[in-house]
Amino acid sequence: MIGDGLFRAGAAGGSGLSWNPLTDLWQIWQYPFMVNAFRAGAIVAVLAGVIGWFMVLRRQSFAGHTLAVVGFPGAAAALLLGVSISYGYFGFCIAAALVLAAATGRRTVDSGLSAESALTGTIQAFLLACGLLFAALAKGFLQDTVNGLLFGSFLGITAGQVLLLAAVTAVVLLILAVIGRPLLFASIDPDVAAARGVPVRPLSALFLVLLGTAAAEASQITGALLVFALLVMPAATAQVITASPALSLALTVVIGIAVTWAALIVAYYSPYPIGFYVTTFAFGAYVTAQMSTKAGPRRRAIRSLS
Amino acid sequence: MNVKTTGRRRAARGTSRHDVPQATATTAGGADGDASRDAPAADAAVLDLSGAAVKVGGRVLWHDVDLHVGAGTFTAVLGPNGVGKSTLVKVLLGLVPAAAGQVRVLGRAPGKASGEIGYLPQRRSFDPSLRIRGIDVVRMGLDGDRWGLPLPSLTRGGSGRAGRRAARDRLREVIELVGASGYAHRPIGRCSGGEQQRLLIAQALIRRPRLLLLDEPLDSLDLPNQASVAALIARICHAENVSVLMVAHDVNPILHHLDQVVYIAEGGAASGTPEQVITSETLSRLYGTPIEVLKTSDGRLVVVGGPEAPALHTDRHAIGGAL
Repeated sequence: MIGDGLFRAGAAGGSGLSWNPLTDLWQIWQYPFMVNAFRAGAIVAVLAGVIGWFMVLRRQSFAGHTLAVVGFPGAAAALLLGVSISYGYFGFCIAAALVLAAATGRRTVDSGLSAESALTGTIQAFLLACGLLFAALAKGFLQDTVNGLLFGSFLGITAGQVLLLAAVTAVVLLILAVIGRPLLFASIDPDVAAARGVPVRPLSALFLVLLGTAAAEASQITGALLVFALLVMPAATAQVITASPALSLALTVVIGIAVTWAALIVAYYSPYPIGFYVTTFAFGAYVTAQMSTKAGPRRRAIRSLS
Repeated sequence: MNVKTTGRRRAARGTSRHDVPQATATTAGGADGDASRDAPAADAAVLDLSGAAVKVGGRVLWHDVDLHVGAGTFTAVLGPNGVGKSTLVKVLLGLVPAAAGQVRVLGRAPGKASGEIGYLPQRRSFDPSLRIRGIDVVRMGLDGDRWGLPLPSLTRGGSGRAGRRAARDRLREVIELVGASGYAHRPIGRCSGGEQQRLLIAQALIRRPRLLLLDEPLDSLDLPNQASVAALIARICHAENVSVLMVAHDVNPILHHLDQVVYIAEGGAASGTPEQVITSETLSRLYGTPIEVLKTSDGRLVVVGGPEAPALHTDRHAIGGAL
């Protein structure tokens, strides 16, 4: 996962872009590490998309960003200790989610995170600095390693890591399948949900843990600073396109996988971090959706009149 | 809503309840709810409070509240701001315990009958950017508290087809009932305050509750919308035989619909018909200071009192502090 960013295409032994896109795709598919990258990208896009969809509805983007940034010192600490950086991401992100949940648990759902935003921001900045320190202490790693942690990298993803990502995604999606409907209710209408016996606060804490898990996963593809590319952007784009929950959730996943795979293909032929491409493609999708729906209402109005 | 469709729906109430999938044992209290719903006589008390009091933070908010609400009656909870009108609703929901007295909701302890209560909290408005349709918010009233995927089409495959259809029919029916068919498919943040309120009433009604608890549903609506939403609530109450308990700070938009009034003040509480309760004598006794109730030529009530009392009636729509 941590790779020699500047020379990744060359180091992988591949050549430049040819004139035939099919040849290029076939060439990419020849490398097991690229196949792993595609698998990992799809797995991460699904989890980040689904969790991000709830996060956008719940307006917890700042919490999501904080949890993602916390992954960076986690990964750097893992480098320092010489363990797999996956453990660093998951360990720090989930621990931070538990802290956030405890800090906001006593408050009401509405005031919770916004009231804590100054404190959260302070801790976030401190942890980011810690991450840089850990990375500096872990001598022998290039600047590219730090870049990879911050802005994403896709080289060297092993089959074992893909398996870990898949297992985590399966567990989170299973939990979400069970709590999904009450979580949606509690997100949109907490007072009525509470009156109906939905445990609003425990659900909120559990969701933060799931969000931390998704942020940790997405960090491993997009880097800690660009996690929003997969957490926020596909969900925000889908919710611009449709207000139907089922449809926008499905669209979120499709958009997430599409931008991740497109970014992987382009990043293979390019010296720049993959996080940039994921973000750019997701941003492009969002702008396109916004522009087409701005034109859309007029067309729909005419259709409904006829 | 014309009389014919109302009659049909009323006749269907007894039988079609079980068609709606949420009314099965999966919901909390659903199983015993079904049993006891059919058992008591139709005129059994929906609400029965005697000598009830509530404490919040060690302070007694109100005390000696006696209230008896029968089926299909429209009751207003009145009183100055901060006296604990919303807390009364929370007591009835079982979210706040009563400090003294007896409270029975649908013949049970508060909180044990949540499946048969529709609840509208105070001042809910949805963010304009919230991308969820009105129909989805209404639908949450039906099965939002059930564990499982929020996508009903994926969870109830095959055998649940009849249940799905029943749920869809009920959804359409309740949206028609509140007159929201025209905008139920719009994102709810894009609906006006009155439209949102109608959708929320539909959400509260979708499970065919026997009791509606409404906390200032007319607040933040303009005058024409206040009148039409009040008329809608009164129509649901009397035509669908749903008891309504509405917290209000202005009694005038609902005055001619009301069967009963509870007036809560710091000095105690009084309940009875509006004519019995909203009088100079009763309010003077509750406030412990001289209060005069005047009636305008169009039947509106105006409360005038000493320097302490009128400031409590912060009504924006009538000059001189309409009650």
